[in-house]
Amino acid sequence: MLIWAAEEEHNPLLPPLGEIIIGLIAFAIVLFVMFKFVAPQFEKAFVARRDAIEGGIERAEAMQAEAKAALEQYRAQLAEARTEAAQIRDAARAEGQQIIEELRAQAQEESARILARGEEQLASSRQQVVNELRGQIGTLAVDLAGRVVGESLADDARRSGTVDRFLDDLDGMTATSSDGRGGSSVYVPQDAR
Amino acid sequence: MTSSALALGDVLAANGEGFEAPGLGEFYPETIASFSVLGVDFEITRITLILWIATLALVVFLYLASRNAKIVPSKLQFVGETGYSLVRDGIARDVVGPRGLPFAPFLASLFFFILANNLMAIIPFAQISPMSKFAFPLVLAAICWVLYIYIGIREQGVGRYFKDILFLPGVPKPMYILVTPIEILQNFVVRPFTLAVRLFANMFAGHMLLVVFSLGAVYLFQVGNYSVIFGPVSALMAIVMTFFELLVIFLQAYVFTVLMGTYLNGSIEAEH
Repeated sequence: MLIWAAEEEHNPLLPPLGEIIIGLIAFAIVLFVMFKFVAPQFEKAFVARRDAIEGGIERAEAMQAEAKAALEQYRAQLAEARTEAAQIRDAARAEGQQIIEELRAQAQEESARILARGEEQLASSRQQVVNELRGQIGTLAVDLAGRVVGESLADDARRSGTVDRFLDDLDGMTATSSDGRGGSSVYVPQDAR
Repeated sequence: MTSSALALGDVLAANGEGFEAPGLGEFYPETIASFSVLGVDFEITRITLILWIATLALVVFLYLASRNAKIVPSKLQFVGETGYSLVRDGIARDVVGPRGLPFAPFLASLFFFILANNLMAIIPFAQISPMSKFAFPLVLAAICWVLYIYIGIREQGVGRYFKDILFLPGVPKPMYILVTPIEILQNFVVRPFTLAVRLFANMFAGHMLLVVFSLGAVYLFQVGNYSVIFGPVSALMAIVMTFFELLVIFLQAYVFTVLMGTYLNGSIEAEH
């Protein structure tokens, strides 16, 4: 019957002031701890976590960009090196060509010079021979004629230039004949005109 | 001797006289100590002790969980953080609104305080929630009441806040005769009262259910006639109801916090 007695004493919807105050104090303690320690710590952890994630992403992005830039740079350098190499090759080729041309020109010049000198020498020696022969032929002919005739015609012939004229005629005859041998026993050099 | 044990004694003593159902006395255990400060009487009962144990356990748990909070949480930090995030993101941010985050610690305190006290309802040897004493839900509801009115005045200004409540915008003028009293009642009486009563009544009824089934089982095992066969049924119901109570414990803590969140949302955002 204790229970019934208790029920008559109490109205559950009319709490005593003491209990209300105790409830206030208890909740105030929880509020204090929550505001002072718990919430700031958790918020800090949340911020740190978000920063860690965002920072990680940012770092990864930065790294990727850096790698990309480096790759671009390497590519550019490679292309540059390639064009440079090609240029060097082209230049070398051109230079080689030029050297060859120069050498060829030089050689041609040299050979032409040698040829010219040879020709010159040949011509001069021929001239010498011709002159010598001419003199000897003249003397021989005059001597021969003098012996045939029996008198000395040397002075007279020299005086009148007959021998020379004859020889010049002879020269002209050999020049007009197709080969220098036909009809004449006189020696005519092969390369005479 | 706990009140339940006292009731159990009554049940056993009443052998042969019929089952004495536990009554309101469950919620008024004998006073362990009493004192008076400035004319206010304080009575320390086992429910008061349970309140303090729950509060102390909560404070210690929260402190340990949040101390050295790290990016990679420890198990304890994870548990605390999950509860805090539930309130912070699920209520302060999503229900109260974009400007609700400053209320997260308050709402989290509310949630954790109610949850810790409610959990005492099924913790052995305590087995009663201090929230089944009307004083404690009333305190929380009163704090909420003061807070959401204060925030409403701070955010919208006195005139605007009360004008919007008295004369709901977008309502035809003649309807104010009907709407204005309802709104006044709703905002200043019904809200805090339902907030307190919902929590109190749920915990009160939950405790009564558990006690009735538990004592019923004991009684049925004691009577010594054919009704013994109903004993296991009653015991089973007590166990089932304990799990149901666990659901109610979480639900009521959450509902109280969510409702406070919607009230704060109404105070912060001008349009109703």
